[in-house]
Amino acid sequence: MPDNNGPLLEGRNLNFAYGTAPVVVDVSLALSRGAIGAVIGANGSGKSTLVRLLAGLLEPASGSVMFNGAPLADLQARERAKRIAYVPQSSSTVFPFTALEIVLTGRSPYSGRFRFESQRDEQIALAALDMLDAAHLAARHVTELSGGERQLVTVARALAQEPEVMLLDEPASALDLKHRTQLAKALRRLRDERGIAVLMITHDLMLLDSSVDVLFAMKCGRLVASGGPEAVLNDNVLGDVYDAPVRTRRGDGRTFVWSEL
Amino acid sequence: MTRRCGPDAETGARSFGPSYRSIGQGLNEAIQQSVQQRRARVGVRLRVALPLLFGALIIALVVGLCIGYQPIDFASLQSDPLSRAVFLRLRLPRVLMAGLVGASLAMVGAALQALFRNPLADPFTLGVSGGASLGASIAIALGIGISIAGIPIVFIVSFVGAFLSVFLVYWLASSTGKVILPGALLLAGVVLNLCASAGVLVIQYLAPYGRSLQILRWLIGSLDVVGFDLIWKMLILLVPGWLILMGYARDLHLLATGEESAASLGVDVRRTERMVFLASSIIVGVTVSVGGAIGFVGLIVPHAARLLFGQDVRFLLPASFLLGAAFLVLADTLARVAISPSELPVGAITALLGGPVFLFLLRKQQRYSAM
Repeated sequence: MPDNNGPLLEGRNLNFAYGTAPVVVDVSLALSRGAIGAVIGANGSGKSTLVRLLAGLLEPASGSVMFNGAPLADLQARERAKRIAYVPQSSSTVFPFTALEIVLTGRSPYSGRFRFESQRDEQIALAALDMLDAAHLAARHVTELSGGERQLVTVARALAQEPEVMLLDEPASALDLKHRTQLAKALRRLRDERGIAVLMITHDLMLLDSSVDVLFAMKCGRLVASGGPEAVLNDNVLGDVYDAPVRTRRGDGRTFVWSEL
Repeated sequence: MTRRCGPDAETGARSFGPSYRSIGQGLNEAIQQSVQQRRARVGVRLRVALPLLFGALIIALVVGLCIGYQPIDFASLQSDPLSRAVFLRLRLPRVLMAGLVGASLAMVGAALQALFRNPLADPFTLGVSGGASLGASIAIALGIGISIAGIPIVFIVSFVGAFLSVFLVYWLASSTGKVILPGALLLAGVVLNLCASAGVLVIQYLAPYGRSLQILRWLIGSLDVVGFDLIWKMLILLVPGWLILMGYARDLHLLATGEESAASLGVDVRRTERMVFLASSIIVGVTVSVGGAIGFVGLIVPHAARLLFGQDVRFLLPASFLLGAAFLVLADTLARVAISPSELPVGAITALLGGPVFLFLLRKQQRYSAM
């Protein structure tokens, strides 16, 4: 029986190493249904690997990932793809697919091996692009789009998967302020309207406390702090995580973050 | 040129439009129109393009069957037994052979391009044909004329050569990390081709004179065939290879958009790679051990199919198959009549056409991906 009260996605004592170098060390975390979480940490602190483990794309050396109370590894890959969407950090192809063709691939877990997408799939794909204010890109070739526009298309593909959890690896890194705001709004709407859980890696500390429910701070492969924005976004935690003189100040109901030079 | 701001050149939609809409509503007319265009395009692909391709293939077959050293028409076929014998024992098998080889190489090219996410991949440029050639040379030098269960052993040795090559190229190009660098892939292919041809040279040098001549003649490549025996034997191996590739068309389509994305959409990437390597090696091994290394068919044909029908790999595979058959039938017809009564090697014709296409694609590719 799926457990509807427990966490939707949960990592239990996850460990992972590339060769002999440990990348993720004994990380446990839980994400509830309808929560937006963010993973922060310095470059190379194991964030991307952690998210890939949670997405089921890597197998942990020890520990386990639980989805809805059952081991994620027991789920067939295509069944997993209907529930968990993953947006990689960079995704580029040399082939000039149209943006709509890329977004439509998000529908493939739902259609048969020898079937093309239906008209309904196309509507879902376009609605996904539209939600990110990117519907005008539908007929454009992805090879001609800017980095930020390509990110929007990749996020739209994840939306088209109609998942229960979205895992995003720096989805906003190449987005301008308007589209960052648009993305944050879209994720909040998905949370509020469809109860989708979101976990994203981000370096954008300024936008966090207004849009995020729970934060996970990583350092050298370990989870060093987690909790609500007010618990994590402070001088001590951030100074330790980034190994830099980070200052924070609360005002107007939000947290401002900057770094001393 | 791409326009990132202002009215969009293609759809007429504006980037600076209202910034927030609800799902499924407010898609403006221009977007609707672009969708309808696409839907029309899917319709065109399925209902118009496939019959069109079949038509092109039939025309190519008729041209190939009628034109030759001895022109053949229906009247002489009915009246002249010699003419009929030439047609049934030589002309028809040869044209069918050209069709089979062309279709096979083109489909393998399209599959490898999607798998490696590189429009320059082709059995020839990746060194897979080279490996198959080396295998076949070894078999010929040792004088192995035997068959196992009706399958000539030269097929099997060629297949082993092809499989080792594709595996080696993959291993070399991906040893730098998770990502397969396009430059590394092609360099690995070049080096493998060089090693394989050096190996063939050594074998030719060491083999007895008669065998060595046999290898040389075979290396030049010809689709000459008498009767249908060989064609049936080839089909036993080719048909499963084709079916495997078609069965993985969707996975290849997803892989062409990116490996990580494909994996997150439920594609078993390693399994797809293994099966496509296996099918490609069988197909290339068989075609190379019959017709020699006929280069660039797997490059030109999928590229033409892309220009005509777009990027969808699920469509590119069958389109390349039909177009490849038509292409090699015509190329072989040209080879037979260009310097009649003598013959040009068909591999020379495909290479003369394919070389420039490769260089053009290489220049184009450098625009979007660093070596």
